[in-house]
Amino acid sequence: MGGEFFGAAWLQYALSGVTIGAIYALVAIGYNIIYNVTEIINFAQGEFVMLGGLFGVFYYQTCGLPLVLAVLSAVVTVGVVGLLLERYVIRRARHATVLSMIIVTIAFSILLKGGAMLAWGKDPYRLPAFSRGGVFLWQGVAVQPQALWVLGISAVVVAALTLFFRKSFYGKAMLACADNPSAARLVGIPVRTMVLLSFALSATVGAVAGAVICPITLMEYDRGALLGLKGFGAAVLGGLGQFSGALVAGIVLGLSESFCAGYLSSGYKDAVALVLLLSALFFKPEGLFGSKEAAGLKRF
Amino acid sequence: MKAKRRWVWGVLAVMVMWGWSAGMCQPKAVLAAKEPYKVGAVFAITGTASFLGEPEKKTAEMIRDEINSQGGINGHPLELIIYDDESDATKSILAVKRLIKTDQVPVIIGPTQSDASLAVAPIAEAARVPLISCAASYKIVEPVAERHWVFKVAGSDKHVVGKMYDYMKAKGISKIGIMTASTGFGASGREELLRLAPEYGITVLADERYGPKDTDLTAQLTKMREAKVEAIVNWSVGPTQVLAVTGWRDLKMENIPLFQSHGFGSRKNLELAGAAAEGVLLPLARVNVGPLLPDSHPQKKVIMAYTEAYEKKYKEPVSSFGGHAWDALHLAVAALKAVGPDSAKIRDFLENTKGFVGQHGIFNFSPQDHNGLSKDDLEMVVVKNGDWALAPW
Repeated sequence: MGGEFFGAAWLQYALSGVTIGAIYALVAIGYNIIYNVTEIINFAQGEFVMLGGLFGVFYYQTCGLPLVLAVLSAVVTVGVVGLLLERYVIRRARHATVLSMIIVTIAFSILLKGGAMLAWGKDPYRLPAFSRGGVFLWQGVAVQPQALWVLGISAVVVAALTLFFRKSFYGKAMLACADNPSAARLVGIPVRTMVLLSFALSATVGAVAGAVICPITLMEYDRGALLGLKGFGAAVLGGLGQFSGALVAGIVLGLSESFCAGYLSSGYKDAVALVLLLSALFFKPEGLFGSKEAAGLKRF
Repeated sequence: MKAKRRWVWGVLAVMVMWGWSAGMCQPKAVLAAKEPYKVGAVFAITGTASFLGEPEKKTAEMIRDEINSQGGINGHPLELIIYDDESDATKSILAVKRLIKTDQVPVIIGPTQSDASLAVAPIAEAARVPLISCAASYKIVEPVAERHWVFKVAGSDKHVVGKMYDYMKAKGISKIGIMTASTGFGASGREELLRLAPEYGITVLADERYGPKDTDLTAQLTKMREAKVEAIVNWSVGPTQVLAVTGWRDLKMENIPLFQSHGFGSRKNLELAGAAAEGVLLPLARVNVGPLLPDSHPQKKVIMAYTEAYEKKYKEPVSSFGGHAWDALHLAVAALKAVGPDSAKIRDFLENTKGFVGQHGIFNFSPQDHNGLSKDDLEMVVVKNGDWALAPW
C-alpha cells in the first residue's frame, strides 16, 4: 500500500462520507423544522424523502417533464402531502399529547410507505444526474458530479433556512410558536398557520433530499425508514432544533460510517452510527450544539 | 305472509335456474374426464417476495390450461390448487398442512422462498407427501437422509459459485474480493464463496458486507482496489447490486472485472444500471438466455416454447422464477403421468428421474441428489450493448 494510494483511498472515503452525510443532514433538518414549531418528532420524515425521489421519477418518466421541472413538481407535491398530514391528521388530534402525535406520524409513515408500494411497486427507480458529463478524477479520487449537487444543494438549504428562521418575520413567528404557543397567539401570531407551514416546509426539504440523491442511490418504496432513522440520529446528535448542528452531525455520521466501512469492516457500519447516537445521549443528551438550558425546557 | 311466500318463490326460481345451468354444463364435464389429478402449490403471490411468486403462479396456471386443453394427464384433467403464503413462512406451513389434510393432494410444488421451504420440509416429510421446492438454499434437500420426500428445482449457490470460479480459473484470476449483502441471500452466497475458494485455488483478499438498504458502496469498492484484487464478486439483490455496478464504473475500476450473482439476472437491472453495466459478468440459468443458445442445445426448444407462450399471454418477459414453477410442475405432471396419484410412487419416480429437460437445466436426480442440477446447467453471461451475451471462455 503506497503512501499516495493510501491518500487517494482516504479522500475517497471522505468524499463518500460527506455526500451521504449531507443527505442525513437534510433529513435531520426536516425533523428540526417541525420540532422547532411543534415539539413533535415527525417520523414520516424518511417517507417524505422517499416520496421526493419517487415523485421525481413519476414526473420525469411517466409525465415526460424536463428534469428540472420534474424535480420542482415532486418537491411541491410532497410539500402538499406534508400540508395534508398537518391539516387532516395532526390538527384533528390537536388535543392529544406530543407523544401521541408522534405516534400518529408513525402511522402516517406506514400509510405513505404502503401507498408508495401500491403506486410504484417494489422495484427501485432512478433519475438521470442533474448535470451532463460523467465522473472525473481529481487527485486519484473519482468525483461524481451529482455528489457535488448533493453538497451544494444541502448547503443552500441550510443557509436559506438559517436565514429564514433568524431574519424573516415568518421564521421568527414560527420559532415563537414553539417556545410558547399561548403567548404567540396572544401577540397575534396565527399559530395554526405556522404549524401548517412547518409541516409543508419540512416535507419540501425532505423531498429535495430525495430528488437529489435519487440519481446516485436509486429510490424504492421502503427506503424511507432507514434514511429517517439515520437522519433522526443526526438531528439528536446535533441537538434537536439546531440547523447548523444537524449539518455538522450529519456529516460526522456519514464520515464515521464511511471510514468504518473503509478501515474496519462494512459489517459494523450501522453499529457505528448507533454507538455515536447512544454516546451522545449518555454524555451530552442535548446534542453537540444544543444548550442544556433550552433542552431542560423542552417537553420531549 | 304474502311477502314471505314471494321470497320462497324467488329462492325456488333461483335454485331451478341454477340447477338447469349446472345440468347444461354437466354432460360436457363428465364426458371430458375421469377424476381430476390434483397438484398443490404454495407460492409467495403477495408480500415482499411477490416478484418471485407472481410469475410462478402465472406460469403454473398457464401450464395447467395447456395440459387440460390437450386432454389432461392420461385423460385426467389437472387440478391445480394454489395457495398464497404472503411471503410468510408461517402461512406456508398452514397452506401445506391444508393441502395435505383437506385437499389431499399427492404432490406439492413450492414454496417460493428458502425459509418457507425449510419450514415446510419436515411437514411434507412427516406426511410422506413429495414436495418440489422452488427455492435456492441447498439445505432444503440436504442432508438427503432427512429429506426423503423433498426435492428442489432451483439451482444452489454452490453451482453459481462453481461456475464463477471455473470461469475465473480459465481467465487466470486467483485473487478476488467479495462483497455481500447482509441478507439471507447474501449470507448464503458469502458462505459458499468462502467455502469453495480453496477448492478452486482462489484466495479471497477482501470480504466486505453491507446492509441491503445501503445507499453507497464506494467505501467497499475502494477497499477492494486497495487490496489489489483481480476480480470483484458482488452478491445481493435489489438496488445495491445496481449501486455496485455504478460505483465500480464511477471509480474507474473497469480493469478489475466485476462478477454479480445470478440475482442480477433481470432486465430491470440492465435498465437501471444503463451503460455502466457493460462488461459485468454473471452466471445465469439458460431460461434467461434462450435466444442466445445454439439451436442444437437440448434445452433450446423447451425454453423458447415457454418464453414465447408466456410473453404472449402475460405481456412481460420471462424470469428465472417462472422457470422454477415450470420445472416443478412439469416434473410433477411427468410423475402423475407415469405412476398416477400415489405419493410414494411419485417420490420414487422423481428420485429416479434422469435427463429431464427443463427450463433451468437437464435434471438428473438420484438418491444422493434431490436437486439434480450441476454448475454445467448455468451459462456465464456478460452484459454487452445493454443486453445479455454469452461470455467467451
